[in-house]
Amino acid sequence: MNISRRHLLILLPAAAVAWKYVEAGTPEDSPNYQMSEHWWGMLINIPKCIGCGNCVRACATENDVPDGYFRTWVERYNVTDTNMTTPEVISPDGGKEGFPVAQEDAGKYFFVPKMCNHCADSPCTQVCPVGATFISPDGVVLIDQTYCLGCAYCVQACPYGCRYIHPTKKVADKCTLCYHRITKGLTTACCEACPTGARQLADLKNPNDPIHEFLKTHPVQVLKPQMATGAKAYYFGLDGSVR
Amino acid sequence: MKDAGHLFRFAGLFVVAFLVFLMLRGFVVPKTFGQYGHYRGAAIGEIAQHPVKFAGHQTCESCHTDIADTHSKGAHAHVNCEACHGALYQRLPAPPQPKRNLYQRFLALIAPPAPPDAPTLLHADDPMSVTPVKPDTLVLCVRCHTASAAKPKGFPQVDPSDHMGGVPCQTCHNPHSPAIGSNAAVSPAAGGAK
Repeated sequence: MNISRRHLLILLPAAAVAWKYVEAGTPEDSPNYQMSEHWWGMLINIPKCIGCGNCVRACATENDVPDGYFRTWVERYNVTDTNMTTPEVISPDGGKEGFPVAQEDAGKYFFVPKMCNHCADSPCTQVCPVGATFISPDGVVLIDQTYCLGCAYCVQACPYGCRYIHPTKKVADKCTLCYHRITKGLTTACCEACPTGARQLADLKNPNDPIHEFLKTHPVQVLKPQMATGAKAYYFGLDGSVR
Repeated sequence: MKDAGHLFRFAGLFVVAFLVFLMLRGFVVPKTFGQYGHYRGAAIGEIAQHPVKFAGHQTCESCHTDIADTHSKGAHAHVNCEACHGALYQRLPAPPQPKRNLYQRFLALIAPPAPPDAPTLLHADDPMSVTPVKPDTLVLCVRCHTASAAKPKGFPQVDPSDHMGGVPCQTCHNPHSPAIGSNAAVSPAAGGAK
């Protein structure tokens, strides 16, 4: 087979492009899901939360979260009239089995569900020395557990305490925003199990998502805004005493 | 110039070392590393393949149309099926491990066998023979509706000992449409726990 210099020069770039695709593999297995069309977040409506713990149990079931560790958990705040800055916060077993009955006239009570904030500028991904944790193109902070060393830098870096080292896998673990569900058109397990609609999955790139109307018309806050993490867990009705 | 030979030898060594580095890098760095950023692009697809356990209310409603109809008209319309009934997925019993001889155990060490298949949504796959346990309303209902000062004021709450005195909730309320006197008949057959 004779290939002239001209043919070789034409073939080489084409081969290079083809090789790039061979190398790239096929990471998207949900055929109709395009990462570039989504930017995921979560809306948490505090006045609707009743502290039943359904979300914590559902998350543990869906994601095989080991006992004593939490990808999401619920805290109960008790703020008295004379002590607004140091509230009493309890979260027995992450709120998995609910909370003890609260006393009347002991101040203000409310529940705060917590989870990974899927920050757009997440400190945890910035400190990973090996590129095992990352922000996916659709805005979800994920962990490549086959690549993680278990050094726990990310666990220290997360300002929200949302990461842990898995006790048997010995690698970092956290909320994936149920990535295996949302890429198939389902909502997260915690949203599916929440009986009051206190949690709502939000696609900030979808113009038809009701999140846009909600954000426009309601006072909404993120946790620790001073950290400039670009958190995408939006809290409605968040009290100033929540840290 | 004739004295510069040692420099060329050193440069040659450097080039060889660089080529060895590139070759090793090609082996060690995963193929999809850097596809989207400083991480292994294929990890995204792997995470997306985890098995789903909460099938979603649409799956339940595709068969249980009568209950879905009752449910959609009641105060619990916004409470999804699996919020009370639990995940549709049920853990499969582990299959018995075949006995392995020494050679097979050695093979399993150097090339671990593939993990067992992903769990299936059993009730949806075989609705006649696999039926989930109905939740006990004395446990389930009080989990949300026990009166507590911490709960939002507008949320319906009762003191269980005072309100029902040990009588199961579904005696008076249909859990799928809990208002007493609502269109749905109050009977265990209409969806309450037996």
